[in-house]
Amino acid sequence: MSWETVIGLEIHVQLSTQSKIFSGSSTAFGAEPNSQASLVDLAMPGTLPVTNLEAIRKAVKFGLAIDAQIAKRSVFERKNYFYPDLPKGYQTTQLAEPIVGAGAVEIQLEDGTRKTVRIHHAHLEEDAGKSLHEAFFDENGHGMTGIDLNRAGTPLIEIVTEPDMRSAEEAVAFARKLHSLVTSIGICDGHMAQGSMRFDVNVSVRKKGDDTLGTRTETKNLNSFKFMEAAIKLEVERQIDLIEDGGKVVQETRLYNGDTHTARSMRSKEDANDYRYFPCPDLLPVIITDEDIEALRAELPELPDARQARFIDQYGLSDYDAGILAGDRAVADYFEAVVTASGDAKLSANWVTGDVAARLNAADIGIDQCPVSAVHLGQMIQRILDGTISSKIAKQVFDACWNGEGSPDQVIEARGLKQMSDSGELEKIIDQVIHDNTAQAEAFRAADEGKQKKMFGFFVGQVMKLTQGKANPQQVNALLQERLK
Amino acid sequence: MHRKTLTELQAGLARGDYSARELAEHFIKRIQSLDPELNSFISITAEQALAQADAADAARARGEAGPLNGLPIAHKDIFCTRGVRTSCGSRMLDNFNAPYDATVVEKLQAGGAVVLGKTNMDEFAMGSSNETSYYGPVKNPWDLTRVPGGSSGGSAAAVAARLVPAATGTDTGGSIRQPAALTGITGLKPTYGRVSRWGMIAFASSLDQAGPMATSAADCALLLSAMAGHDPRDSTCVDRPVDNYSADLDKPLTGLRIGLPKEFFPATLDGRIADSTHAALRELEKQGATLVDISLPSVDLSVPAYYVIAPAEASSNLSRFDGVRYGYRCNDPQDLEDMFKRSRSEGFGAEVKRRILVGTYALSHGYYDAYYLKAQKVRRLISDDFVRAFEQVDVIMGPTSPELAFGLGAKSDDPVTMYMADVFTIAVNLAGLPALSMPAGVIDGLPVGVQVIGNYFREGQILNVAHRFQQATDWHQQQPAFGGDA
Repeated sequence: MSWETVIGLEIHVQLSTQSKIFSGSSTAFGAEPNSQASLVDLAMPGTLPVTNLEAIRKAVKFGLAIDAQIAKRSVFERKNYFYPDLPKGYQTTQLAEPIVGAGAVEIQLEDGTRKTVRIHHAHLEEDAGKSLHEAFFDENGHGMTGIDLNRAGTPLIEIVTEPDMRSAEEAVAFARKLHSLVTSIGICDGHMAQGSMRFDVNVSVRKKGDDTLGTRTETKNLNSFKFMEAAIKLEVERQIDLIEDGGKVVQETRLYNGDTHTARSMRSKEDANDYRYFPCPDLLPVIITDEDIEALRAELPELPDARQARFIDQYGLSDYDAGILAGDRAVADYFEAVVTASGDAKLSANWVTGDVAARLNAADIGIDQCPVSAVHLGQMIQRILDGTISSKIAKQVFDACWNGEGSPDQVIEARGLKQMSDSGELEKIIDQVIHDNTAQAEAFRAADEGKQKKMFGFFVGQVMKLTQGKANPQQVNALLQERLK
Repeated sequence: MHRKTLTELQAGLARGDYSARELAEHFIKRIQSLDPELNSFISITAEQALAQADAADAARARGEAGPLNGLPIAHKDIFCTRGVRTSCGSRMLDNFNAPYDATVVEKLQAGGAVVLGKTNMDEFAMGSSNETSYYGPVKNPWDLTRVPGGSSGGSAAAVAARLVPAATGTDTGGSIRQPAALTGITGLKPTYGRVSRWGMIAFASSLDQAGPMATSAADCALLLSAMAGHDPRDSTCVDRPVDNYSADLDKPLTGLRIGLPKEFFPATLDGRIADSTHAALRELEKQGATLVDISLPSVDLSVPAYYVIAPAEASSNLSRFDGVRYGYRCNDPQDLEDMFKRSRSEGFGAEVKRRILVGTYALSHGYYDAYYLKAQKVRRLISDDFVRAFEQVDVIMGPTSPELAFGLGAKSDDPVTMYMADVFTIAVNLAGLPALSMPAGVIDGLPVGVQVIGNYFREGQILNVAHRFQQATDWHQQQPAFGGDA
């Protein structure tokens, strides 16, 4: 039987504000437990929330980036439940009147096809703290749980999609696109490992051709694209096996363990809390004017899709390269700075998507930490273009620049990498090579064109060996052709 | 000294008749000797008070005396006071020393006031008799077998017995005005948003408002001028200049239009209370005011609407008391759920639990529309009634409480009868209006209070009405026999 997978996502995106959504505490990651928990974050009796306007602005920017309706009036509500890391006993969130209404995000799949994923809405809310289940013991040796409230009150937007994705790959493509979008518009640092983006996946399966949706499960808190893909595939497989064995999918919340690649049920729908939402009486409704919206729209940078289109149009890049470069704002900015310095967009694109990306990946750092500046990379590309160095030598220069040996010109000078373009000197070396390899030269001259093509590389290799790779390849080719006639 | 008003003491301090320290010592002595019978204080902060008094005297000597310099006051134990137990009348917070000062506390301290202690109250301000306190009931100094009203019953009893010249209170459904009426003092609930709620432990956030309780309208004006004002830490606190509430106290009442809603004078009203109220109205008429019969048709629904909205908000506001970070935690919890359940079951008293249950129910899935949303609609209708009324009149008056101080324990087993004690005061909170209660008679040895309701931010006007009344009458000067010779 043929099955169709239906996926909807809920994504928690941490907004990169300096302070929390309802208090002045810092949101910086990695501080000592509870060192960033103020009276408000601790929910001390008598304390009150005050909305951080920067969080509002960032949420509106997201809405504008996905072409969504921005609510002129949105309302914070209380979602009531007891949990030790939820200090007030309720989460301040939005329900009936969220700040961002329906919108859409276009994704591009591996094969280049495009698809629109509809966004149901996005709302503002505060994060909870963390329970630390390490070894804490009271004076009687009883195990205890520690609570760290540093994260409590960190601003989030929760983005809820329609069930528009049909495979794990589509879901991941959407997740990556969303990551690209929120980091590009500067509302989230995108640090997945620190929990800056967390995905809840709603998965159901149905027979191909069915109109009605199957019963869905929700797998919570996936914080990497890899885990998300694996968790979806695992759940799809489980649901199909279950149904094919005559069972039924139960609506439940599941937890995925990336280390063991297993998932388990956390709670079923029957255990669900009644959250008793009601408008928070401590906070006024958030009112946004048309002027506010236009001012924020003006602050938005060029969005990834527009930039991709421009890269294709302006620089003649392939759809694929343009997509990779435009997908990350920092990479795109770097690329454009390289183009400015080098004057050659295609070569710049090759370097940025090739060697630069590979080195960054190997070092596990972002482009903002790249040791080779865009200006230096551009200068190096210029040296390729003006024949000072070959593309092959350029790799050496790049490595040296990466390792802090200075600018490309300094490296070329210090290491003596300047290309040998003096034809007199090169002629001598070529004659030497032909002289040292008489037999091969004779064989070459006797061979037909097809064989010659294969044999030619040998002579080039010998010349490069003698010149330590510094010979200008075009010149070598031309001279060798001539001498081997 | 304890027979004097705040305003008189202010003048005495300025003249150098006595020092702030002498005043503080005098009142602390009264509290220590008389309060064991009254139980109006939960904490007496004598040491800090004397230090504050010395600082006030030093400030005066330097010529830096603030408007309240050296004046002794007490805070309802709902206001957070740094380093001092802030119990909210509950076992839940019996061990809670607040790590910070409420805005009201800060502002009064900045004005130079000397804080003698924290007054008793109904647990989490839930009650109309001060009998729900973990620290035991407060007695009415007019008759020790009767209640002082609530929830600011400790502040009311302490001021009425002249253990302190003035105190702060909070009013969610009448908690300043009803005890003020039952103990023969003047108490003012300001417009919602006029006084910051930062540091005031929340009962029902959309209704709670802090205000002054004293022996005269002039004293309330003096205190309110210091308490009111914008606070960026409270999003619901209004950014609007504070009036000088003492400035217009003496303004003649000529042309004042007083609205008398027929709903505040039901046929069932205690005739003696009706008589006292009418006598007060006649006095104001004599001073040039005109009486206008009006109707507030929706106020009859105030009590049921209030007893949905207030418990709903309370059920959420009180969720933070879970035994995790501060306050009461049960002994030897077996697991998380056991800790939550027993800490809350043992830490909260019966009335608080009743309201948490009612509020939780009202917000539950499937009941929200029928209760909470309906109550909010009623609230809007009540506000609209007042808005319409204030197009015809300047102030609205009636009795503060439908009855005189009742006996201790008389209503303890009947919550609904107890809730009806606030029938005339609750609508004002639902609408967010300012209102005060002033003494207007004594019946069988028990004081009667009359309520004056003003338009939004017209605290100055209702204080003016009360002050003019107090200039012409002496009801506010009548004192209980209790503590009279000490």
